[in-house]
Amino acid sequence: MTKDVKNQEKSQGQNMVDIYIMGKKYTVPDSLTIMKGFEYAGYTLIRGCGCRAGFCGACSTVYRVAGDHELKVGLACQTKVENDMYLTQIPFYPAHKVQYQLDELQGDTDQLAETFPEITKCVGCNACSNVCPQDIKVMKYIAHAIRGEISKAADESFDCLMCGLCATKCPANILQYKVALLSRRLHSRYLVPGAEHLQDRLKEIEEGKYDAEMDQLMNASREELVDKYNNRDIE
Amino acid sequence: MSYTPEMRELIKKVEATRPQRLGHDYPRMTPEEKQDVLKNHHPDYIQEQFREAKVGPNKGDRFPHEVADILEAYARMDRSQFDVNQPDKEVDVLVIGGGGGGAAASLMAHEAGADVMMATKLRFGDANTVMAQGGIQAADKPTDSPAIHYLDVMGGGHYTNIPELVNALVSDAPDVIRWLEKMGCMFDKDSSGNMKTKHGGGTSRMRMHSARDYTGAEIMRTVRDEVICRDINVVEFCAAVELLLDDNGKAAGAVLYNMETEEYMVVKAKSVVLATGGMGRLHTQNFPTSNHYGATADGLVLAYRAGAKLAFMDTVQYHPTGASFPEQVEGFLITEKVRGLGATPINVHGEQFVYHLETRDVEASAIIRECARGNGIKAPSGMAGVWLDSPMIEELHGEGTIEKEVPAMYRQFARFDVDIRKDPILVYPTLHYQNGGVLINDQAESTLENLFVAGEASGGIHGRNRLMGNSLLDILVMGRRAGRNAAARAKDSNGQSGKLNVSHVDAFEKELKEAGIDKQLLSPILIPLPEKLNPRLKD
Repeated sequence: MTKDVKNQEKSQGQNMVDIYIMGKKYTVPDSLTIMKGFEYAGYTLIRGCGCRAGFCGACSTVYRVAGDHELKVGLACQTKVENDMYLTQIPFYPAHKVQYQLDELQGDTDQLAETFPEITKCVGCNACSNVCPQDIKVMKYIAHAIRGEISKAADESFDCLMCGLCATKCPANILQYKVALLSRRLHSRYLVPGAEHLQDRLKEIEEGKYDAEMDQLMNASREELVDKYNNRDIE
Repeated sequence: MSYTPEMRELIKKVEATRPQRLGHDYPRMTPEEKQDVLKNHHPDYIQEQFREAKVGPNKGDRFPHEVADILEAYARMDRSQFDVNQPDKEVDVLVIGGGGGGAAASLMAHEAGADVMMATKLRFGDANTVMAQGGIQAADKPTDSPAIHYLDVMGGGHYTNIPELVNALVSDAPDVIRWLEKMGCMFDKDSSGNMKTKHGGGTSRMRMHSARDYTGAEIMRTVRDEVICRDINVVEFCAAVELLLDDNGKAAGAVLYNMETEEYMVVKAKSVVLATGGMGRLHTQNFPTSNHYGATADGLVLAYRAGAKLAFMDTVQYHPTGASFPEQVEGFLITEKVRGLGATPINVHGEQFVYHLETRDVEASAIIRECARGNGIKAPSGMAGVWLDSPMIEELHGEGTIEKEVPAMYRQFARFDVDIRKDPILVYPTLHYQNGGVLINDQAESTLENLFVAGEASGGIHGRNRLMGNSLLDILVMGRRAGRNAAARAKDSNGQSGKLNVSHVDAFEKELKEAGIDKQLLSPILIPLPEKLNPRLKD
């Protein structure tokens, strides 16, 4: 699996496409993602590049393909290049900073609209859902938020990467991904019961129930540990 | 980029044996069989891929070449651009790194009343934390206990782990879960609030807590929001390029480098927390990696030059199941949860060849062995792999399970027209985790006073092999300890204000010269090395 062998095999039968990075033309293999296309073209990415696996939301990209008026969006690490693709990255969006103390909030129906009053200005255009690279029904969870259905908003928005593309499209200037985040925090903190088994265990640890056993294990010889490990029962 | 006709033909063999495999677990390896496969096939055992360090606190210890290259390199900072005794900023605690560990440290230090600054090379939250999908371990169920967790960790690490660190890990675990629960982290729970927990490789109890398959992302979203809500000073796109020491040789700040303006910033601090993550993007032995773009071992370089000892640096975790196809996602992690749900590795003949939940090092070695025996499947890119039979999951748990339990995984492959509900996934081990790092004690302090280290940058907790679900736990257990202790140390040192220096860098460079090491590479590298600068890829 050495690099050279791989590269040789790759270069055979490679199709090339033209892409336009911020208006500049580069010719790159068609098998690349937009992110790898940037690098193939010689860019060293600092902003607009993170986990490279579709989890972090750092690489929101806006593009258009020649001949098509429609503006498209995607994650640069997850979207393949196409011929005559015109693209740019949106590595930062000037969202306003919303601060709250979760301890002082409540899980009641008004909470989301109180913290984010702009959600009531949603015009129902659905542009947010249309741009979501995770295919989340963004407008739907905002509707839940407006109605105070915190748990439904939390569930519906769960896969959000917080890339912020929804907010860039919103005519009402709603920060959907932040509303989603608060809905999840409120739901988990106030609307589902705490885990009792967790409290029980914490109490046991505090009371020192495991101290002697832990001491014994920490001082056990390798042979003793090996024996215990190999004979442990598995749930 | 769906499977090629040739691959389709091979998938038929997997489908043909599936009914017979259902309900029959492949036997687990005996301890002897495990030793055998590790010795003969694990990348850690290939002697020529390692070399002894010629300089520094670990002189004579074995390092992968790729790590030794950047440790035995010269400083990248341009000293004419700043004066260490004209600090741009003075704080109590400087946290370097903006992943889960750095966030946890910042929160605890802030809670203890310290003036905290967090500096991060990329965006706040750009870290391997967000990519940890499968879960976080904690012994909080009645059938489980910290002692049982301890035994699993030690066995998984081949009894090499440092006992006091493992004790900290398993004993703090339930409190970490409580902390997250209270912060509003959305764990998978039943209607009474009980945590839904599962097995992971090498666990003897079902103690894997999850938030669907975005566990790390959900934890990061939550702790990041909390840092922002508390108005902690976070400086993004500023990498630490060197630690600063005081007259007594204690850590006392860092030189930061603005990745965008290329300016330097001198930060004086009473204590420093290093939470810079690991080295996946060094691509040891040319493996693909599941790691974040920022995983370039910067923290190791800084700490090593400043005199902190490293530990277990000759052991790297290769996750058994990285994607081999399609090429765009090579190295991309197939979470262990997929095997936890019942997907099994299958060779080119449609046969299972290893139990699906061995520890990661054993499972990875078994896959490497199977491919070496000629029983692998070749992807069009030339990369080899074996099948991971994901459709088994739906057979075992019913239709819809994949979309419900591993939506991120399902979506990733659907983007490339691979439907993992119906077709298996082609996988090969991928560089996943730096088992070692800066040696710490159970208070998260390194051998360099006032330098606290947490998470993947540290070494000793996991010994020579980490179990799934113990890294999210590690970053939070040690991140919280590091933050708390760094704040306490800052308080103790009140009033003291010595001069700062980087003379350790001069001394280190002198040592390099004396050892006959030329100035080839400058480090920390900050951004993965382009091929032309990578000494491993020359010629």
